[in-house]
Amino acid sequence: MRFRKFRTIMKRDWQLYLFMLLPVTYFVIFKYLPIAGLQIAFRKYTARGGIWNSAWVGLDNIKKFIESYQFGRVVSNTFLLSIYSFAVCMIVPIVFALIYNTIEKPRFKKATQTIVTLPYFVSIVVLVGIMMQLFNNRTGIYGNIYELIFGRYPEDIFANPRAFRHLYVLSSVWQTFGWNSIIYIATLSGVDANLHEAAQLDGASRMKRVWHVDLPHLVPTIVIIGVMNMGRIMSVGFEKAFLMQNSLNIKYSELISTYVYNVGLGGVYQSDFSLATAVDLFNAVLNLILIFVANKIARRMTDTSLW
Amino acid sequence: MFNAVAIIVILLMALIVLIPLLNVVAASFSAGSAVNAGKVLLWPVDPTLENYRIILKFKKIWIGYRNTIFYTVTGTILSVTLSLLCAFPLSQKQFSGRKFFNKMFLITMIFSGGMIPTYMVVRDLKLLNSVWAVLLPTAISFYNVVIMRNYIENTIPKELEEATRVDGCNTFKYFTSFVLPLSKPIIAVIAMFYAVEQWNNFFNAFLYLSDGDLYPLQVCLREVLIIGSFGSGDLDPEVVAAVQGLSASLKNVVIVVSTLPLMCIYPFVQKYFVKGVMIGSVKG
Repeated sequence: MRFRKFRTIMKRDWQLYLFMLLPVTYFVIFKYLPIAGLQIAFRKYTARGGIWNSAWVGLDNIKKFIESYQFGRVVSNTFLLSIYSFAVCMIVPIVFALIYNTIEKPRFKKATQTIVTLPYFVSIVVLVGIMMQLFNNRTGIYGNIYELIFGRYPEDIFANPRAFRHLYVLSSVWQTFGWNSIIYIATLSGVDANLHEAAQLDGASRMKRVWHVDLPHLVPTIVIIGVMNMGRIMSVGFEKAFLMQNSLNIKYSELISTYVYNVGLGGVYQSDFSLATAVDLFNAVLNLILIFVANKIARRMTDTSLW
Repeated sequence: MFNAVAIIVILLMALIVLIPLLNVVAASFSAGSAVNAGKVLLWPVDPTLENYRIILKFKKIWIGYRNTIFYTVTGTILSVTLSLLCAFPLSQKQFSGRKFFNKMFLITMIFSGGMIPTYMVVRDLKLLNSVWAVLLPTAISFYNVVIMRNYIENTIPKELEEATRVDGCNTFKYFTSFVLPLSKPIIAVIAMFYAVEQWNNFFNAFLYLSDGDLYPLQVCLREVLIIGSFGSGDLDPEVVAAVQGLSASLKNVVIVVSTLPLMCIYPFVQKYFVKGVMIGSVKG
C-alpha cells in the first residue's frame, strides 16, 4: 500500500527530483560533509587518521580552548565588536530611511540613494585599502586635518588597538547603510496616506508623524532584520578583521574567527585542526542559541518572527 | 523648516559616502609627490596619467584581472544554473520533496561546518589550487535560491502548469518553454548578485589557492594595498625606480582600476538590484 503510494508519487515527481540532483549534491558535499567533519572537534586530528579514524578525545579540545589565555580575550573581543557593530549598523539605515522618506524631491532622492548604495560594491580588500589611505597619519585626509588643527601629525591610528573597533564599525556603516536602508525605504512607501492625513488634521507635526506613523509601520521589518542579524552576531566577518589585523592591534582584533584561522591554517601557531574546529563549533553553537533566543523574544514582544 | 533639515542631513550623509571615493580618484590622477605630501583632497593636484601608465605595466594586476573576469563569468553561469535547478522544484506546490528539501537547505543557512572542515573537504576532493576551489564551495547561496523560488511561486500562476500538463507537456518542457522565459527578470537580478559576489570574492581564493597565476584580483589587491608590496620581481627596472616614492598614488590607481567597472555599471542597473532586495524580503 505504502509502496504503491510511493510509486505514484515518484511517477509524478521524478522529473522534479532529477532537477534537484545537482543542487542536493552540492549541499551534501559542501555543506553537510563539513558538518560531519565537525567531529574532529572531539578527536585528536592526525593527517593519517583523517576525519573518520583519528582518536576520540571527548571534550578535550573545547576544554583546552576554554582554559587557554586566549579564551577570554577572543570571546570578549568578538562579543563586544559584534554588539557594537549590530547596534550601529541597525540604527543608521533606519534613521536614514525615515529622514529620506520625508523628502519630496524625486531627483534629489534618486541621486542620493545611488550615491549611498555605491560603497556596497566595494570589496572588503578595497575597503580596508581605502581606509588605510584615508587614515594614513601623514598622507591621508585624517593626518592632514589633524595637522591643520593641532599643528602636528597624529600617531598611526592602525597601530592603536583601541581604534580598531571604531574603524571596523564605522567603515561597516559607511559601506552598508545605504544598501540596508533600501528595504526600509521600500516598506515606508507602503504607509497608508490616509494615516498621514488624519494625523495632519489632528495637528501632528512632520516630526511627530515620523515617530507615530512611519516608525510603527517599520517595526515588523526591523524585527525580522534584527533577528537575522542577531543570528550572525558572533560570526562577524573573518575577512575584514583579518585584513585589518596587525601585530600592534591584535589585542583587540583577534576574534574567534581570526583565531580559528590562525590556529588551523595561519601558521602563527602550530597548526591544530582539532582545536581550531572546536573553537569554531563553540562559536556556531553560541550563534545558534542567540538566533533562537532572539526569535523567541521577537515573537513574544511583537508578534513577528523569523519562523 | 523640517524639510530643509532633512535635506541637509541626507546631503551630509551622501557627502560622507562620496568624499572617500572622490579622494581616491583624485589621488590616482595626482603626482606622487603631492599625494605623499598629503595635498590631495577632492581634486587632482599636478594632474598626471603617469600612475596609470605604470600600473599598465604591472603584470600581476592584469593577470589577477583576467582571472577575476574568468571566475566572474563562469562562476555566475554555474551559480545561476544550479540555483535555477534548485529553485524551480521548490516553487512547485505539488512537489512531494518540497518541505524536506526546503528544511535541508535552510539548516545550512543558520549552521555550518565552518572554516576548517570545509577546508578539509576541499582538500580531500583534491580541489586545492585549482579554479574549482574558487568556484564550487560557494556556488549556491540559498538566500538567492529563496528569492528565485518566491518569484517563480508568486508570478507564474499554478494554473499554467496544470494547463500545460493537460496539453501533454512534461515537466522539462514546462520548465524550458514557460518557466525560463517568464523568469528572465529574476534571473538577471540573481546573476548580478552572484557576479558582484564573485568579483569581490577574496575568501575562497585566499584560503584554497597558493599558485599566483590563479589568483583573482582581490588576492593581488591584498598584497598591493594591505601588505604594501608591489613585488618588484614582476616589474621592469624602469618601473621599479618609479614605484619608489609613488606607492601611495599607485595604490589609489589600483583601487580605481579594480572597482571602477562595478561602480560604473551600477547606476544603470540599480533598479534591478533594488527589486532583488524587495523580492528577497518577502518572508519565505
